[in-house]
Amino acid sequence: MSSPRRRTRLRPTDLLRLGMIGPRTRKTRSALSAFGICLGIAAVIAVTGISASNQAHLLARLDQLGSNLITVSPGKDAQQQLVPLPSTAEKMLARVAPVQQVTATGATKAEIYRNDLVPKQQTGGLSVLAARLNLLDVLHATVRSGRWLDKAAENLPVTVLGDQAAQRLGVTAPGERVWLGGQPYVVRGILAPNDLAPELGTAALVGWPQARAQLGADDSAATVYLRTHPERVPDVQAVAGATANPVSPSMVAVSRPSDLLVARGEAKGALTGLVLSLAAVALLVGGVGIANTMVVGVMERRGEIGLRRALGARGGQIAVQFLLEAVLMGFIGGIGGLVLGSLAVYGYALVQGWPVSVPFYTIVAGPSVSVLVAAVAGIYPALRAAGASPTDALRSA
Amino acid sequence: MTAPQAGEPPSTRELPPVLELTGVTKEYPGSPPLRILHGIDLTVDAGELLAVVGPSGSGKSTLLALLGSLDRPTSGRLRFEGRDLSHLADTELAAVRAHRIGFVFQQFFLLSGLSTVENVATGLLYSGVPAARRREAAVEALREVGLGHRLRHRPDQLSGGEKQRVAIARALVGRPALLLADEPTGALDSNSGAAVVDLLRALNDSGTTVVVITHDRDLAASFPRRVGIHDGRVDFDERRPHLAGDVR
Repeated sequence: MSSPRRRTRLRPTDLLRLGMIGPRTRKTRSALSAFGICLGIAAVIAVTGISASNQAHLLARLDQLGSNLITVSPGKDAQQQLVPLPSTAEKMLARVAPVQQVTATGATKAEIYRNDLVPKQQTGGLSVLAARLNLLDVLHATVRSGRWLDKAAENLPVTVLGDQAAQRLGVTAPGERVWLGGQPYVVRGILAPNDLAPELGTAALVGWPQARAQLGADDSAATVYLRTHPERVPDVQAVAGATANPVSPSMVAVSRPSDLLVARGEAKGALTGLVLSLAAVALLVGGVGIANTMVVGVMERRGEIGLRRALGARGGQIAVQFLLEAVLMGFIGGIGGLVLGSLAVYGYALVQGWPVSVPFYTIVAGPSVSVLVAAVAGIYPALRAAGASPTDALRSA
Repeated sequence: MTAPQAGEPPSTRELPPVLELTGVTKEYPGSPPLRILHGIDLTVDAGELLAVVGPSGSGKSTLLALLGSLDRPTSGRLRFEGRDLSHLADTELAAVRAHRIGFVFQQFFLLSGLSTVENVATGLLYSGVPAARRREAAVEALREVGLGHRLRHRPDQLSGGEKQRVAIARALVGRPALLLADEPTGALDSNSGAAVVDLLRALNDSGTTVVVITHDRDLAASFPRRVGIHDGRVDFDERRPHLAGDVR
């Protein structure tokens, strides 16, 4: 037999086996405790994953739409009245060096209705705009059905409707007729929604020559869209107002629509913070659940504690055994939460048509945090188990 | 208190006593403090088989805790195999228990989630023995106590007598110098109890010092030495060497 004074260390495999004794012999209770922490982790994974998937979706859209689009439109004067852009604005803006493409829409005096029986005041909030032929090209927009305007069509009584305009008018397919500017127009196409120019969703677009001839449009642009060199966007933004309207630059509204998209994404991020703090509370409650299970376990297992001390276990080894039980419960809960949360993200993203994105840091942090919470929760019960006098433990068992 | 007896095996005579208690007292704090043991003097030589007998509340279990280094005396000196335990740190006392002392309890204290062989192997867990070797030794110990056919059974599948034999196997698996049994037959019927005592006797024959704590005077009377405890004091210390080899 080896020297009786030699301290012995438990091997990692022995420790693992010891740690599994509690969860193995009290399966239901351990599973329920782990489930508490599992829900907390699942909530964290789901919230961050859904937020990340949304962000990924947004970035994919931005990649597709391009973040180098600048919109120049009429600003407001001191009386809050819109000040139209000068007729030279479109041409002047096209001359700014980093501007690569220019297009515009122009105002008309016409209204659009489903047919001539609809009362005049029921405009449905729709506008009729004159459009340059390169509008879709510059905006990276597409038609959902039908066709866009071309050289021939821009002189004809045909229109392309924004997606919401088509919906409000009850137009389901190209080829239908609408009542526009006091005469029937054929719907040539319906646009797909475009995040960078949402105002086109409620518009009926007509070729510029036709609008000028029949609908009271002039040559001046209502809104000018610019595609610039991607790295020169701020520079163009800075000079766009003065270029469009040199007399009163402050009466021009210059915006970068992609900034709005990003801001919207960030606003959703702020909500994520709130939900995350709720998830943290859920984790805390899960930790308390584990602590409770462990404290009860220590009380019930006084006999085992006394026996192990009699067999030569040191107080520290008893503490490690119970701490490990808590940590294992936390780990199992963390892995469960990871699976549950990822499934939630996958399901939500699938329904929304987003790309699935679960941030890597949450995959690592989820189980780590649950282990940490469980370890903290297990400290008190473990110390209690370690501090029990062997004789008291054996006597009271 | 005792001198080596004539007729004892010469090999044990040269060894220091397994246990040597001199003026050992044990008090528990309170006002006034509760004194359980009053100046106990007791020597247990290697290879002895003795019963510590006394009524309930006489201090037997407290004495067992001190003999097994589970607790420390309030005053007095306690030597184990010649070494004063009162100066050892807790971790060193734990090492003494792990390597040199085996325990058998009335309640068995088998771990319900483990098989018989795993329960017995637990007896070596804190001695630094590798898992495979622990298992081999556990199987061997279970065969020694006649339970070689019950290796994979769970405690709740065993009878009371079998449980206590498993507990004895767990105590002897580390080949301890001293085996302490606290009311080992207390929870058993007479037949199972007799089998357990036979087992303890066989262990003693193979050289292990066995101290049995019991309130059962008949059981104690069948041992070659019995030490009576009453109100925390040694009441009597009788030796009847002719009973050696004739326990039950």
